[in-house]
Amino acid sequence: MSGSDRRSANWVLWCGVPLLAGLHQDFWNWDDGRLLFGFLPVGLAYHAGYSLLAASFWAFVVAWCWPSRLEEWAGAVESEVPPRTEGTGGREDAKGGGA
Amino acid sequence: MTPEGGADLTPLTVILAYLGLLLVLGYWCKRRFSGTSSDYFVASRSIGSFLLLMSVFGTTMTAFALVGSTGKAYQLGIGVYGLMASSSGLVHSLVFFLVGMKLWAIGKREGFVTQIQYFRARLGSNLFGYLLFVVLVSLVIPYLLIGVVGAGAVVRGVTVGMFPDLFAGSPHPVTGQMLSVGAVPPWLTGLVICGVVLFYVFLGGLRGAAWANAFQTIVFMATGVIAFWLVSGKLGGLAAASRAVAENAPDHLTRENMIGQLQFLTYLLVPLSVGMFPHLFQHWLTARSARTFRLSIIAHPIFIMIVWVPCILLGIWAVGAGMQAPGGNANAVLGMLVGRLLHDPLLTGLLTAGILAAIMSSLDSQFVCLGSMFTHDIVLHLVRKDRFSDRQKVLLGRGFIVLVITITYLLSLLTPPNIFDLAVWCFSGFASLFPLVFAAVYWRRLTRAGAYASVLVMVATWIPLFYDGLILPTREHRLKDDYLVFGMMPVAIIFAASAAALVIVSLLTRPPEQRVVDRFFESART
Repeated sequence: MSGSDRRSANWVLWCGVPLLAGLHQDFWNWDDGRLLFGFLPVGLAYHAGYSLLAASFWAFVVAWCWPSRLEEWAGAVESEVPPRTEGTGGREDAKGGGA
Repeated sequence: MTPEGGADLTPLTVILAYLGLLLVLGYWCKRRFSGTSSDYFVASRSIGSFLLLMSVFGTTMTAFALVGSTGKAYQLGIGVYGLMASSSGLVHSLVFFLVGMKLWAIGKREGFVTQIQYFRARLGSNLFGYLLFVVLVSLVIPYLLIGVVGAGAVVRGVTVGMFPDLFAGSPHPVTGQMLSVGAVPPWLTGLVICGVVLFYVFLGGLRGAAWANAFQTIVFMATGVIAFWLVSGKLGGLAAASRAVAENAPDHLTRENMIGQLQFLTYLLVPLSVGMFPHLFQHWLTARSARTFRLSIIAHPIFIMIVWVPCILLGIWAVGAGMQAPGGNANAVLGMLVGRLLHDPLLTGLLTAGILAAIMSSLDSQFVCLGSMFTHDIVLHLVRKDRFSDRQKVLLGRGFIVLVITITYLLSLLTPPNIFDLAVWCFSGFASLFPLVFAAVYWRRLTRAGAYASVLVMVATWIPLFYDGLILPTREHRLKDDYLVFGMMPVAIIFAASAAALVIVSLLTRPPEQRVVDRFFESART
């Protein structure tokens, strides 16, 4: 994906999350007590569908807005900085830190 | 399987068999343990997609996912799903994507094992690490206690009458009548649960916790679905059960008069707490690669739906069927449905094992995490790290895990009233620290003073609201279900104050050194 495509895809992320947060409020179902398929309350059916929509949205984000450089960046340090003792406080520990 | 004159022992046998399986799993994990501290604390950063999904989901879902969701739906109707479940489906995945993956990458680059190591290095402050340590440990401990106390209550409920000669029960505080005669007492259940979790985390560290979480997540998801299916059959089928609600308790099919709109809106902030859970941070670090997060991000909302929708329906069906929560305790509704409608000791045992699975899948990660924090953020930070060999670090971690479990167990014997109400307040505290982690990851201008201000303001606003919302009503016996401020969840106030303090103080103080900040951002400024 090119840089401009990536930026467009990121717009989907930054517009999609507020849109989904808005859809979550479904005030239009607030007092609707009907049953769908004879057993599923409308408000619960809506939010179950919302969970599926959220999963689909995240599938789209993962496919189109994936930060592919993050992986390289995470691994890049091995050649950039000297190795540290496993499992301690990183470079700050090596120099002692200080408030 | 009924002893002469006693209750059927089948449920207890099923529970013990389940705990035995966990011990076997723990022993199996020990054989996979490489012996290094990296393997013990972050599973050598080698966990794959499926195991990460199961362990993160199991860790974020507590007993509340089965017992509490049913009980809350019994009280407040179907709106509970939107309030607590579908909101988490959006927000948890958002946090995994925006914060979790970044912290994984930073943790891998810098060799971090705990959240505090990250904040110390990002802000260049040892002292801030100690402040955060106190705040995080204070917020995690009640969360741990809920697990141990909850397990005790559940097992006591299903073992009433099993051992009348061994356990006399406990007197009612007012009438003095003996209650739960013959039931396994909570102190014994707590001891066994802590012992089993200790076994597999002591031997296998976070890898042991991840495998146990995966197994336990499958168990509690399957249990919820099985209970739902069988109970619906006993109520005459899906349609008949829901029709009874429409006839007898129509309010429970809507949110009208049950949940306020501002409350519903501001509850969206509560799931942000996952961004600051120290045990989740440690699970993120176990990921093999960034790609490992993909399955968790996509499947998390669906998994929440699989667990919560059946439990919400069970809760409202109990109201429709005219059932009364035992002793007014809504958390007992799920057990009551299974006990009264199914009359099957085997199923009762399986359901109880499922509830214990949900409890233990959170407890184990929290124990390992607190052990790691004591080891890395206190001992190894204070003492020259080269004084310890890798093997000694593992021993130190194990020692602290034993200590944390022992302290938790002892505290569970002295549990204060309203421990379950305390949970929501702990979540609010974690959620109000979210501006800190978000700014640390995305805002170069965040300063040490801004971070201090954020945490201190969070504590300063949390304490008076907590006093007014929980301590005072408990003393005056006027505790209500939900404490709201101007119709909003208290987290909205605490979160806003903490975020404002962070931004204002950061902008008023000298920017951090670019050289230090560059270490934590993908695109370094030139």
